[in-house]
Amino acid sequence: MNTEILGVIAVYLLTLVIAIPLGKYLAEVFAGEKVWTDFLKPVEAGIFKLSGINPKVEMTWKEHMKALLTINLVWLVYGFFVLMHQDKLPMNPDGNPGMSPDLAFNTIISFVVNCNLQHYSGETGVSYLTQHFVLMFLQFVSCATGIAAAVVLFRAFRDKTTQNLGNFWDYFLKSITRLLLPLSLLMALILAFNGTPTSYEGQDQFISLQGDTVNVSRGPAAPFIAIKHLGTNGGGWFGANSAHPLENPNYLSNSVELIAQVIIPIAMVIAFGYYIRRRKLGWMIFGMMTLGMLLLLIPMIASETAGSATIESMGISQATGAMEGKEVRFGPAISAYWSTVTTIISTGSVNNMHDSSMPLSGAWQLLGMMINAFYGGCGVGVLNYFVYLIIAVFISGLMVGRTPEFLGHKVESREVKIAAIITLLSPFLILAGTALATYVYTNHGTADWAVQPSNWLNNPDFHGFSELLYEVTSSNANNGSGFEGLADNNIFWNVLTGFVLLLGRFLPIIGPVAIAGILGAKKFIPESAGTLRTDTLTFSLMTFAVIIVLNALSYFPALVLGPLAEYFTY
Amino acid sequence: MKKYLIPSIRLTLVLMLLLCVLYPVFISYAGRLSEGQGGGEKMISQGKIVGYAALGQRFDKPQYFWGRPSAVDYNAAGSAGSNKGPANTEYLKIVSNRVDTLLKYHPYLKKSDIPADLVTASGSGLDPDISEQAATIQIKRVAQARNIPEAELAALLVKHTQQPLFGLFGPSAVNVLKLNIDLDKLKPRPLN
Repeated sequence: MNTEILGVIAVYLLTLVIAIPLGKYLAEVFAGEKVWTDFLKPVEAGIFKLSGINPKVEMTWKEHMKALLTINLVWLVYGFFVLMHQDKLPMNPDGNPGMSPDLAFNTIISFVVNCNLQHYSGETGVSYLTQHFVLMFLQFVSCATGIAAAVVLFRAFRDKTTQNLGNFWDYFLKSITRLLLPLSLLMALILAFNGTPTSYEGQDQFISLQGDTVNVSRGPAAPFIAIKHLGTNGGGWFGANSAHPLENPNYLSNSVELIAQVIIPIAMVIAFGYYIRRRKLGWMIFGMMTLGMLLLLIPMIASETAGSATIESMGISQATGAMEGKEVRFGPAISAYWSTVTTIISTGSVNNMHDSSMPLSGAWQLLGMMINAFYGGCGVGVLNYFVYLIIAVFISGLMVGRTPEFLGHKVESREVKIAAIITLLSPFLILAGTALATYVYTNHGTADWAVQPSNWLNNPDFHGFSELLYEVTSSNANNGSGFEGLADNNIFWNVLTGFVLLLGRFLPIIGPVAIAGILGAKKFIPESAGTLRTDTLTFSLMTFAVIIVLNALSYFPALVLGPLAEYFTY
Repeated sequence: MKKYLIPSIRLTLVLMLLLCVLYPVFISYAGRLSEGQGGGEKMISQGKIVGYAALGQRFDKPQYFWGRPSAVDYNAAGSAGSNKGPANTEYLKIVSNRVDTLLKYHPYLKKSDIPADLVTASGSGLDPDISEQAATIQIKRVAQARNIPEAELAALLVKHTQQPLFGLFGPSAVNVLKLNIDLDKLKPRPLN
């Protein structure tokens, strides 16, 4: 057991060793300073020339958002049709069928919004063409979209007063050429040499030692799995995601995948501090996020390594922890660490099945997604935390009786209204969505859909409710993991989560960028003795308290009905 | 919006060339240098391919070491876990049946000897490994089925136990397929 805990500590420390210098590097890249990857400039210039884009044009926050939404719309339309007609397109060696319209609708939204909720299974639901030209493509560009949006926010606070927030295409492309693609190349090679397939060959067949005929799904998975983690996407090549032995062959590959998904979210926070020349603020935010992570991680490791009480009561030893839905080569400790980071940073890939987690672990997984700002997804983690910051500034301002300020700009009613709407959006989508699903399940159990609502759940009672709650929460957080027992490939879930995904992605991007754009354009007020300093420990703890209070008020009842009730009953 | 539409489409096409063609094709060529030439490392027994090193397969004959229960019966073209919650009574009955089956084939065991991984389904349904304890408790049955001294099997098991990474990180594990392939190479010897 000790080697398992040691593994968790080593993986986290190694993550920091990579993420912190990476953050400094990203700040320099996006500030246009000299960095060693500048040899890629001609490549970028070539791409811009072919695309007819001048990357030097300065944009306001509104122009940034228009560009962002336009290109996202292009991907939505393109992917929707390709997914539906993949059976008629090349690179489909296993002869998988085209997607139904509602499944294609759900899948394309899910990948455009960096969620990767999958209502299909990788082995049977997609072709190599759609895996690469739709899904993997979107894993790169949706992550780059999030990073670019975050940099727009950074830029608003770098200068004293400005409306010019740099160029969207510039941020977007640099996220790919200077960050995602080089790291993906490295990681895909590591995976390839640890046993993840890279060849375009279709299914294989062999006769096992006992004489069974076995078909094996394969395909060029290594490049996909690299960006799936680096970009906090999380969509698996195979149905079982990173629990699948070809997707995650050993403890080393598991460590690499874990490090990969956390480095960019942490690096973005550090980059924020460097970029706006207030490193202390960056470190304070990082500190609070780490505190939040540890508060979820430690109890999760404790409950998973302690094992299942119900199986223990049969007389079966739980010395190796809870093993249902887990793989022996990983063990419960690093699996719990995986479950923690994949839920707080919106990756949503899994190396163990969350539906089979211990009841309290399920509560921490849900809470991680509900808060969605402890490190958070690529770029969007910082944006989400920023909204909490604005609320904290506002409340602190009320408490000390001064006009609230953030980094030298007055925070007035318009900005607070936007922050309040964004904060309330998540509980609205999660609770209303879950309520609707519960209503349909109880009152329209025989509706004539691909799966009748009465057959949705894989587990009875409180745990069944958790399956519904988890699905909507995961969609809103753009996370993509699931209590996968839920039968979700039918028109109700495809459409409901499709809309939740869209709203849960773009409003929480537009909101904070708008706030930052408005604040950045306001007159700069130099710091004085009366300024509420936002980079102090006191204020950071205040922000943390705001996060806890807001989320507890919003979600405590729902968590009680699901995982907490399950925990106290058994 | 219109101002950005054409650049969006063109940029998308250029990036597709970079990200969906050049990048994976390069990795695919590089992957040919790996074991299994990028198609997954295969295991050979008596000149025939009998499986993939990474993928678990079904073992339920008495002369083999058994792997973990699988929610998909080791279907390598449709991986999945059971997704059963810890308090699901139907699920607990399944686990309890697995315990009974194990006790039936290993009458020398006490319940408390059985490790959890041998009665619970893995996340992928294709877990290639079992814990050391799970292999140890099967030695006696396999020895009897094959007429091989237990000590010889214990030695084989030691050889097949993968220690934690660098001896420091993570659990130890036993790859069932590799163990069973080597098991087939051992010559049966009369016990007396």
